[in-house]
Amino acid sequence: MSRSPLDGRGRLRVQGFDGDTESVETDDTTAPTAPTAATDRRAWARFRRDRAAVAGLVVIVLMTLLAVFARPIEVGGVVVQPIALAPYDPAASGVAPTYRPPSLSHPFGTDWAGRDVFSRVLYGGRYSLSIGVVAVSLALVVGVPLGAVAGYVGGWVDEAIMRFVDVLYAFPFLVLAIALVAVFGQGFWKLVGALVVVGWIGYARLIRGEVLSVVERDYVVAARAVGASDRRILTRHVVPNAVAPVVVQATLNVGTVVLSAAALGFLGLGLQPGTAEWGSMLSAGRDTLVGGEWWVTVFPGLAIFLFVLAINLVGDGVRDALDPDAGPDRYRTREAR
Amino acid sequence: MSLRRYVLRRTLLTLPILVGVSVLTFGLVKLLPGTPVDYVLQFQEATPELRASLRAQYHLDEPVWKQYLLWLSDVLRLDFGERIVSDRSVSAAIAERLPETLVLGGISFLIALFVGVPTGVVAAVRRGSLLDEGSRVVALLGIATPNFWLGLLLILLFGVHLNLVPVIPPVAPVLAPESLAFLVLPAVTLGTASAALFTRLTRSAVTEQLRQEYVRAARARGLDERTVILKHVLRNSLISVVTVAAVQVAFLLDGAVVVERVFSWPGLGRLLVRAILQRDFPVVQAVVLLVATAVVVANLLADVLYAWLDPRISY
Repeated sequence: MSRSPLDGRGRLRVQGFDGDTESVETDDTTAPTAPTAATDRRAWARFRRDRAAVAGLVVIVLMTLLAVFARPIEVGGVVVQPIALAPYDPAASGVAPTYRPPSLSHPFGTDWAGRDVFSRVLYGGRYSLSIGVVAVSLALVVGVPLGAVAGYVGGWVDEAIMRFVDVLYAFPFLVLAIALVAVFGQGFWKLVGALVVVGWIGYARLIRGEVLSVVERDYVVAARAVGASDRRILTRHVVPNAVAPVVVQATLNVGTVVLSAAALGFLGLGLQPGTAEWGSMLSAGRDTLVGGEWWVTVFPGLAIFLFVLAINLVGDGVRDALDPDAGPDRYRTREAR
Repeated sequence: MSLRRYVLRRTLLTLPILVGVSVLTFGLVKLLPGTPVDYVLQFQEATPELRASLRAQYHLDEPVWKQYLLWLSDVLRLDFGERIVSDRSVSAAIAERLPETLVLGGISFLIALFVGVPTGVVAAVRRGSLLDEGSRVVALLGIATPNFWLGLLLILLFGVHLNLVPVIPPVAPVLAPESLAFLVLPAVTLGTASAALFTRLTRSAVTEQLRQEYVRAARARGLDERTVILKHVLRNSLISVVTVAAVQVAFLLDGAVVVERVFSWPGLGRLLVRAILQRDFPVVQAVVLLVATAVVVANLLADVLYAWLDPRISY
């Protein structure tokens, strides 16, 4: 946002005369302290009061449970999860005639291969959920250390890492992901890999900026004065205090990543074609609509929409809970990526 | 520093980024299993002579750094070589598709701007009103809706059920009336998420400005609210909207790839997706390079515009 040299001026406000309740007393002397159990509890209390965020969390938990219990899970031949909420195998074709409209036995109808769309939508949550969570976590694992080191060490290390980040930033998120999928090929881990390569740069940039402001704080100077090692200062004092905006951004990004993965699936570039992934299920697209088979398109899309909406609600709630002073749009600027 | 020196410095700083972009784009194809020659020859009988001449054409017998420089010198002359799936040049294919994407992206951008900015201003001025809350909810929904699903739903409603628009793009020049009529749905689809982002950002920019002293001073001087908002607040808020507009270029290009597929609109995005499915890598390389360059240039323009609009910022 615009920052003028005049920003610091006139911050003294007489409270009570202002109709504007959102005007906050700015007090630059209170440096945030290291997160403690008490601040975590307060954040959780704020989160719980946010009804939209709690609703989002409920939706995510429900969709996760539905995905987990959609079909039995076997690990190495041992059934660890025997429940099957989905009435049919999502991959089984010909469980009913093709393109049956929604009915009692097939609530979401059947698709061109006679597969049960309801079972596929339930099961498809597994792909979207795991891709979103795994890709964002791995991007954090790459981006946070690199960004933190760049900001803390400075000099040529900083230059090298951040110029590389600048170059990657030149590529639009989806276009680069598409190009990478083209090179790597299709499949779950290749798709996740592509999303990590395009995703880590945002966290690196964000945490570097935070680190630059945190290293100036008194407790870091104090830690250095008593002879703490750089590694200890960075991992114990700097990163924990710099990580909150990254957590918010990461939560919101799960939505963006799920959307991108679904878009790749829609384009036929994500997982193997025919996978019960929500985006891939829409790839027949317009042809089914013109034929009148709207249910093939409407239900999987609705699942993506609900899931991404729920994540964004939770992300907004986490942001407000961790940083109540920030306006509603503080971390939104880069979300477009 | 004068504005002119800032612009010059900022422009020079983009050069290394562009070099990096070109290295990555070149390297991407190098990461592929096999060489371009293998991809070309999958469609024809391979004699040793043909293979040798193709290897020479792609400079495959040179060291990698030299291959890159030769490729770069071709690219700087806008020569991206020949397509693998046909004998046509990549540049011709791109030139043919570029106007389609520009028109689609341009209309979407205008929709996003003219819907998003006024809504954001009203939401900020009438904070807490029904309109503010409503725009918040709509923006939230707009950001969460997958653009391909939105496009398909619009086709279902307006194309199939109400039968108001054709579902297949007309065979006509891009700017012909029937093409523009067809573009309404794709442009709305592509512009929705951008409009939502513009709304939220304008709202927060205007909110921030409304807290400034000059607003109180202007009101104290007895200016009517309309003048305060339109002449003072809006002008200062738009400065930060400009930077976001540059980010939107990348966002719209991403969206175009998907939306063009939904509506079978023959633009760059569809060219890219088809080229990937056909393993036509010179096209992939050229489109990716072009798109990244467009983003870099858009960011440069935004920074320059930002500096020009706001004389207070120090660079």
